[in-house]
Amino acid sequence: MAYGDQIDQLGIESWLARYGQREMLRLLTCGSVDDGKSTLIGRLLYDSQAVHDDVLAATKKATTRYGTTGEEVDLALLVDGLQAEREQGITIDVAHRYFATDKRKFIIADTPGHVQYTRNMATGASNCDLAIILLDARHGVLEQTRRHSFLCSLLGIQHFVVAINKMDLVGWSEARFEEIRATYAEFAARLQVQDIHFLPISALKGDNVVRRSEEMPWYQGAPLLAHLESVHLAGDRNLVDLRLPVQLVLRPNLDFRGFCGTLASGILRVGDEIATLPSGQRSRVKSLLVGGVEVREAWAPMAVTVTLADEIDISRGDMIVAANNAPALDNSVEAMVVWFAETPMQTGRQYLVKHTALETPGEVTDLRYRIQVATLRSEPADELQMNEIGRIRLETARPLAADAYAQNRTTGSFILIDRMTNATVGAGMVVERMTAKESTGRTRAAAADAGRNLQLVDKRRVTADARAARLGQRPFVLWITGLPRSGKSSLAYALEERLFGDGRLMQVLDGEVLRRGLSRDLGFRGADRWENQRRAAEVARLNAESGLITIVALVSPLAAERQQARAIVGAERFVEIHCDAPLEVCEARDQDGLYARARAGETVGVTGIDAPYEAPPAPDLRLDTWRIDLPTNVDKVIALLRAHGMLE
Amino acid sequence: MTGYTIHHLAQLEHESINIIREVAASFEKPVMLYSIGKDSGVMLRLAEKAFAPARIPFKVLHVNTRWKFREMIEFRDRIVRDMELDFVEWINPDGVRDEVGPFTHGTQKHTHVMKTLALKQALTAGGFDAAFGGARRDEEKSRAKERVFSFRDRFHQWDPKNQRPELWNLFNCRVNKGESIRVFPLSNWTELDVWLYAHKEQLPMVPLYFAKERPVVRRGAAWIMVDDDRMPLEPGEKPELRKVRFRTLGCYPLTGAIESEADTMPKIIEEMLRSRDSERQGRVIDYDEGGSMEQKKREGYF
Repeated sequence: MAYGDQIDQLGIESWLARYGQREMLRLLTCGSVDDGKSTLIGRLLYDSQAVHDDVLAATKKATTRYGTTGEEVDLALLVDGLQAEREQGITIDVAHRYFATDKRKFIIADTPGHVQYTRNMATGASNCDLAIILLDARHGVLEQTRRHSFLCSLLGIQHFVVAINKMDLVGWSEARFEEIRATYAEFAARLQVQDIHFLPISALKGDNVVRRSEEMPWYQGAPLLAHLESVHLAGDRNLVDLRLPVQLVLRPNLDFRGFCGTLASGILRVGDEIATLPSGQRSRVKSLLVGGVEVREAWAPMAVTVTLADEIDISRGDMIVAANNAPALDNSVEAMVVWFAETPMQTGRQYLVKHTALETPGEVTDLRYRIQVATLRSEPADELQMNEIGRIRLETARPLAADAYAQNRTTGSFILIDRMTNATVGAGMVVERMTAKESTGRTRAAAADAGRNLQLVDKRRVTADARAARLGQRPFVLWITGLPRSGKSSLAYALEERLFGDGRLMQVLDGEVLRRGLSRDLGFRGADRWENQRRAAEVARLNAESGLITIVALVSPLAAERQQARAIVGAERFVEIHCDAPLEVCEARDQDGLYARARAGETVGVTGIDAPYEAPPAPDLRLDTWRIDLPTNVDKVIALLRAHGMLE
Repeated sequence: MTGYTIHHLAQLEHESINIIREVAASFEKPVMLYSIGKDSGVMLRLAEKAFAPARIPFKVLHVNTRWKFREMIEFRDRIVRDMELDFVEWINPDGVRDEVGPFTHGTQKHTHVMKTLALKQALTAGGFDAAFGGARRDEEKSRAKERVFSFRDRFHQWDPKNQRPELWNLFNCRVNKGESIRVFPLSNWTELDVWLYAHKEQLPMVPLYFAKERPVVRRGAAWIMVDDDRMPLEPGEKPELRKVRFRTLGCYPLTGAIESEADTMPKIIEEMLRSRDSERQGRVIDYDEGGSMEQKKREGYF
């Protein structure tokens, strides 16, 4: 019914009360121009009266110039927007269309069938509830139908409408419709889709789009629009697993510390027991705000602000979860990835991973297989080209609190960003975590376990201060970073000698010390290197609590890694020193041939050669280690420590 | 569990707040562009909600062409005061020097100098790396493909071929030095959504949206309001009082009014639901050529 008639009946105030707030449905249309996709969308918009007169007039004008329908208005021109594509006659990007009926608001993601279809379709599908798979009744199920269906299923769409178009060109034949339906159903049994609905239509004539077809009395089901209005969506949302990724922390005054984020899934209530990841600390929800107003409960996908009963440290990128229901926390995930960039995806390369509000360096360590989308077969591959899909193992510097994508589209998805160009180069969907654990052999405890170490603190009778007092020193951690061969270890041992001579007790942790025992099980790349650094930081923290000074000398090339070490140790006792020497100088000191092997291509992932070194922008001290001699640099460090009150 | 539904206005609201927060957390110096119109009003309300009880943590910028309706400026000053905004205004000093205006220099030149160039100047001068705008995808066909995050090079130019794919609600917020983004938190809102939300929230709106007797002259197909004495009248032309209102607001000589009786928000919504014309119809600027908006956007128009 048109709005005008409804308002006549109800009056505007009642209309607003009844229809002002409706459900929303996001749908994707897949198919090529030849299948009549733009015509179908144009028809939906036109017949549901979403097209204004002035727009229609402009479309009529365009019909005479570009149209393919002769005298009738070419409805496809309602939706084809950019000049370039109008001239080429194809759709080149994801376009969004909007219309509403008295039941629902609809957002159509209109994606092209031809060029770069994978990239665009993945983008469009990522937020959609439903997909319309459009095919031409004359041609039936084609390779592209299979591709589109697979992609929609991969991106987690649970509702399919298979719209068999151009029924007018096959004489409105029921037999033809049934034949296509059977073929598709056989293929679709391999996809993970719950709800598939078949519909015979003619977008050009308008049959079974908005109005029921008089030509196909044999079809008893509802036309497309009525189906879109009534598909049951509420069951798609995950209201079980509480997941609140923290986007930012609000601190308007000393009494208020609010954690802001959008609920990825679950329900949150005042008084709920929660845990935070990755720290594993627990607390209770003290208050809950939606749009600045206090509420008792909130649910996905609301944007909320939470305050907690206890003062615990939470920052952007952390996640608030139910105390008894946490996602796995792990430095590696198994995922399906869709590749977008012209530069192929290669294993061993570093990318920036964005998962919820967390950004962390990551490395694709394995490409397990590539999927032949046309056949759904997997095949071995060395790299992923643009628009290809494969299964990878990804290691990350900071652990990801991830669920399987099938359970949670928000906490189960991530994007990969090129570190040089900042372009979004890939999109990942986490697969079941069991496999990841099997493949890595090393896992992290979930929040429920991680929380336990807090109780340990309470059992202690001898405090860190008492221990430090016994030793007569203030414990701190000197973290020395720099390129390989930039002089970190030399500096560390010279400092040790000097401090020891002054009567202090300390421990030096450099690569050699660590690799000999504590990190003997670790390799030198990706998550193994990060794990090595994490262990060093944890040992330094234990030392500090025992009153000992620690000097860590590790390349630690990434800012995020050093940030993590600072967080583990505690910022107040963490001193960052950068051994700054040009790469050429370090290479010239290459006694054991590390750089030489890297240059020869025998070793990969060597910092400075084919892996980045992010110099600290503001270290506590930057030492020139190629023009200034060692004793002078040692003096500088001692002076810095004195100035900071760390040495009396 | 069936009780936990979410209606479309609430869903749009939460998604927009998510975007605004993400930008505030990820960029060094965001700014919100405020055009005084209904979309800007909604965007400001969303920003207020996103950070409450804290203040909006970025500046609010108005690029003034000096040809806005007087009631718009009065309204703007009141909103700035009432909401205690961290507000800045920018007027293109070159345009002031050359006395650029729509009557003397023509619509296109005026818009280019006082809006497009002025905006670029303001963003460069403020060192802003992200700018929120209130544009919606339903406004115009070429906007249907605009991303929520629109990536601009160091000359503020938009390259339709070089935009980032946006999946889920996971936005890539990284830019290189000197580059910036424009962010459109209202991308998925329609004109109807904006009014429904404004009504639900009882948002203050510029009085020009509501029908009232105003002095107007007929220019082509549009009623143009004689807002001040800078408006040159044709020989024999006399402003007449008509009950009119505006569906969009901009520079008064470039914005056509429609005859209307709608003087409350529900009446405006009713009028819109019954209307057969789109809102941009009142804008003189879009009517040049089929793809004119796309052309302007490439040059840096919002």
